[in-house]
Amino acid sequence: MIGRLLPILVFVALGVLLAFGLRIADHKTEIPSPLIGKPLPPFELPVLGQPDRIMTNADLVGEPFLLNVWASWCPTCRIEHPYITDLAKSGALRVIGFNYRDELPDAQAWLRRFGDPYDLTIQDYSGRYAIDLGVYAAPESFLVDAEGKIIFKQIGAVTPEVIEKEILPRIRP
Amino acid sequence: MRRFFLIIILLASFPLSAAGPVEGDKEPLVFASTEQEARFKHLTIELRCLVCQNQNLADSDAPLAQDLRKEIFDMLQAGKGDEEIKTFMVDRYGDFVLYRPPVQGNTLLLWVMPALFLFVGAIAVVVAVRKRNLKLAAQRQGASD
Repeated sequence: MIGRLLPILVFVALGVLLAFGLRIADHKTEIPSPLIGKPLPPFELPVLGQPDRIMTNADLVGEPFLLNVWASWCPTCRIEHPYITDLAKSGALRVIGFNYRDELPDAQAWLRRFGDPYDLTIQDYSGRYAIDLGVYAAPESFLVDAEGKIIFKQIGAVTPEVIEKEILPRIRP
Repeated sequence: MRRFFLIIILLASFPLSAAGPVEGDKEPLVFASTEQEARFKHLTIELRCLVCQNQNLADSDAPLAQDLRKEIFDMLQAGKGDEEIKTFMVDRYGDFVLYRPPVQGNTLLLWVMPALFLFVGAIAVVVAVRKRNLKLAAQRQGASD
């Protein structure tokens, strides 16, 4: 009896395993960030195009904001840019740009061409601070609460769905 | 035969030299000692490149991998230990950055599974052999009667 059932049991177990694998396959390149729930790592970076204006954590903390990592060399950043722009215009949330590993003229031309929705953009030319943030691909966006804690990270484009389901519910009091 | 072994050794050593982590970076890295260089190589092989996720930091040409190699190099210069450097990476990118995942709650299955499969396989073999022995014994008994 068991001998006859065994192949079926093995088949079912394998099927469950593969179905589970397929479910997670869509998200396998997204690595959960260990920084969720932790304070935004300390930084000291200039505002894009204003090398003398150095920003630190203290300048940003106080109200929730979205830190949007972008670069002129990043094609997906163009796709999400209209949604980032809508979010910034809606006034629901302060949106801070984070220019990542980009040449200044390229970055400025990109903002002229596609519009600049950011409250301000900080520039990480070397990519050193991006390492502290655990950035491994652009675009990435970090939602930071009023106390300066990272409460959500979006890897890849911010879409209207992400804004509705992930970002806005987290900042509503 | 000796020539055969020589060819095998040459072929086996080729990928090692081709994967030299220092090549391709903007500035060549100058190590304080061969021991430090060995540690650098070991670390960059053990750590995963987050961009091309099936390559390690030593092999990857991605800009982030270059940044991270530089970061590891700087930490080695600053006298940081291997564990400290790994912790630095895990704090930022999570356990995924390690090719050798730590033994903990969510990876227990991963570590236990091979032993478990071996155990189940061994039981299956023992059961099968016993069954066959019994059958053979029964046949022999039948033949002698």
